[in-house]
Amino acid sequence: MFDPTPILSGDRRALARLLTRIENGAPEAEAALAALFPHTGRAHTLGVTGPPGSGKSSLVNELAKALRARGQTVAIVAVDPSSPFTGGAILGDRIRMRDLSGDRGVFIRSMASRGALGGLARATSEVVTALDAAGFDKILIETIGAGQAEVEIARAAQTVLVVEAPGLGDDVQAIKAGILEIADVLVVNKADQPNADAAVRALRASLDLAHPAARHWTDGAHHHHAPHPDPLPAGEAIWIPPIVQTVAIQGKGVDELLEVIEKHRAHLQASGELARRERERLSHELETRLRDTLLAGLLARLGNGQLSAALERVLARELDPTTAARQLAERFKTQDSNSKLET
Amino acid sequence: MPDSSTKIRVLVAKPGLDGHDRGAKIIARALRDAGMEVIYTGLRQTPEMIAEAALQEDVDVVGLSILSGAHNALVPRIIELLRANGLGDVRVFVGGIVPDDDIAALKAAGVTGVFGPGASTETIIAAVRESVISNR
Repeated sequence: MFDPTPILSGDRRALARLLTRIENGAPEAEAALAALFPHTGRAHTLGVTGPPGSGKSSLVNELAKALRARGQTVAIVAVDPSSPFTGGAILGDRIRMRDLSGDRGVFIRSMASRGALGGLARATSEVVTALDAAGFDKILIETIGAGQAEVEIARAAQTVLVVEAPGLGDDVQAIKAGILEIADVLVVNKADQPNADAAVRALRASLDLAHPAARHWTDGAHHHHAPHPDPLPAGEAIWIPPIVQTVAIQGKGVDELLEVIEKHRAHLQASGELARRERERLSHELETRLRDTLLAGLLARLGNGQLSAALERVLARELDPTTAARQLAERFKTQDSNSKLET
Repeated sequence: MPDSSTKIRVLVAKPGLDGHDRGAKIIARALRDAGMEVIYTGLRQTPEMIAEAALQEDVDVVGLSILSGAHNALVPRIIELLRANGLGDVRVFVGGIVPDDDIAALKAAGVTGVFGPGASTETIIAAVRESVISNR
């Protein structure tokens, strides 16, 4: 039986140990997350994404300092890539966060992606759950920064900052769907560089094209949803992502950025969008867990023999993978109804 | 890829004021290539910063790179702070310029291993891995 008291009462050692267990998928982590879940839903989660070198870590450092100055506690989850060959990783985001050291109102955790795509690690959302339960006011989630496919953060965070810097891409980059669409706030960092105005103009020009009026996930996993009980009324309370210019290493523009972030939080609450996003996030999480559980159960019941037999037929080009999977699933159904008849 | 559930986490830090981090980076990279997750904190870390980072990151091992000669002051202080944070089981290694005469005292203070300029990365990786496995 997991005792959530140390985590809830701010025991940093217990929290750090739990985060490791969560990352490792240890059996105890499941019970811990179950016990902590009722204590979550209070933190404002902020995603920070953008290309490598745009200054995400420096900006996170400055944001955390500004939040501390306003009396808020801050947890930071910084994700860096794992090597696909060795599984090792160098996690270097703390280098730019040394100002935050020694402040007990800040907790920084580096995470390796461990093979996950989409800019986060598989366990990032569960790590955020634990930090939320631990009572941090703001949770800043910094993605890997690999580029345009990093949209997982839009599910994991309530407010998403997309950080760009002058000279990293032309205006064609700026109208690409994906990374720009998920932005709640656009940040042009390194705004003291000469071509910063051009970057702002390119972003502004493409914003209308790129940003949809409301979010509807179309990745296939969710199209069978029941409609949300309180959809955002059309044309009302639409949030147009503001563009904020910063020079993170000098702390310039950070207060203004923080104001915009708080404004977005207020908008989320007033418009009902917060509840909508929460529903979307938890629905996705529920489906993912269900899929994982079903798959694990199916594989256990089929045994290795049937799976490898199917694989051999696919390798011999006798069957395509989709048909093979369907046949295996059919066999599972038959076993299922047989066992029901027996009982 | 090795099983992630046994992933070894290492903090590589440079305490003190010398600004040479080439060695620390080579070690960080070698440990990464050996499949470990290496948290690299950069230059000029205070003992307090190192102990706090070790706590938040829940590492198995702390590797300290010291070229300044200040190891006799810095290392025992870091170990003391680690213990105060409840991290007495974290293994501490020291790399850099450490006179042979100082090694015994560092080990007595709780250091698991000391590596000088001639140590091969293979030796270091093996020692780190061995220290974690025997500790788990």
